Amino acid sequence: MGLPVSQILLATGFMLMLVGVWGMLTHRNILRIIIGFSLVDTGMHIVLVATGYVTGGTAPIIDEALNAGEAASRAVDPIPSALVVTAIVIGFSVTAIMLSFAIRIHKTRKTLSIDALTESRW
Amino acid sequence: MSRVFSLLAVVAFGVIFGSLVAGYSERQSLSDLAIYYLTHVPADLGAPNVVTGILISFRGFDTLGEVAVLFMVAASVGLLLAEEVSGKPPARKSSGSRGKEPSELVRTGAEIVLPLVFVFGAYVIMNGHLSAGGGFQGGAVVASGVMLLMLADPRGPIHHGFLSVTESLAGVLYVSIGIFGMVFAGGFLDSRILPLGEFGAFFSAGAIPLISALLGIKVGAELSVVIDRFRS
Repeated sequence: MGLPVSQILLATGFMLMLVGVWGMLTHRNILRIIIGFSLVDTGMHIVLVATGYVTGGTAPIIDEALNAGEAASRAVDPIPSALVVTAIVIGFSVTAIMLSFAIRIHKTRKTLSIDALTESRW
Repeated sequence: MSRVFSLLAVVAFGVIFGSLVAGYSERQSLSDLAIYYLTHVPADLGAPNVVTGILISFRGFDTLGEVAVLFMVAASVGLLLAEEVSGKPPARKSSGSRGKEPSELVRTGAEIVLPLVFVFGAYVIMNGHLSAGGGFQGGAVVASGVMLLMLADPRGPIHHGFLSVTESLAGVLYVSIGIFGMVFAGGFLDSRILPLGEFGAFFSAGAIPLISALLGIKVGAELSVVIDRFRS
């Protein structure tokens, strides 16, 4: 018996988030920063789903393989799954808005480097 | 110097995450709320897929808000990317002649694959209450088909009026189903306004398939609008 599934998933999700944070901090191109943000987002979703896993659980869909009586003992937690659907949609929305801001910046500054935006610097 | 700082920040995050992973022990039992959902969604709503039941009925108001967020995104992307009215007309001609035409492979492939993509999207939307799937997922599949259509024919017209009318109509119907739920059943977006039917059948689970279909249409139309805005 090796590592539990949820722990592997947690480690994967957190690794993705670290890669995303590293990408956001080291790159100067706005598009790469947005890609880093998406990586953090995806990692977060994996972490959320992993916290819903119960040992030996299966998908919470009642059919021939999982009858209604044993659903409470053999299914995984459905709440994180439902939350992640919401989170994916919100992540998509934020990414779309960021991309359109990037296009807008490229139109006015003719560059995608974040160094060109010095007004909000401290 | 800034690279050292970034490395320090990432290492600090890594230490926090690492201790979280190391201290996590896999759950052995469900919470009371999860058990409530797992027993009451199939029994009360008649939906085999518990996640869809939660999304569409128990957290239906939240889902409605989410669709509103998508609508706002479509609107604000349009606002951000709109060409200045007073300025010169969009430079579409120059970019069109400079860019290469899509290859014949893409165009022919799109013709063959597109109907399949749309049928699959409709299948995913309509089976949300029975199996894995639902309005958001199916809507995303449909929007990916629209994306393929745009790749195959970059200057082809996407009828904005049609999309917005479809989307608004679906939204209005969605809210009115919610109000029907308030009048005829337990509360806003209660799916028990229609008969529950036979458990596991296609037409079952009250209004959940109907809400799912409306949600799928709305999400598909909104995502298509967002993709189309980025094209110009």
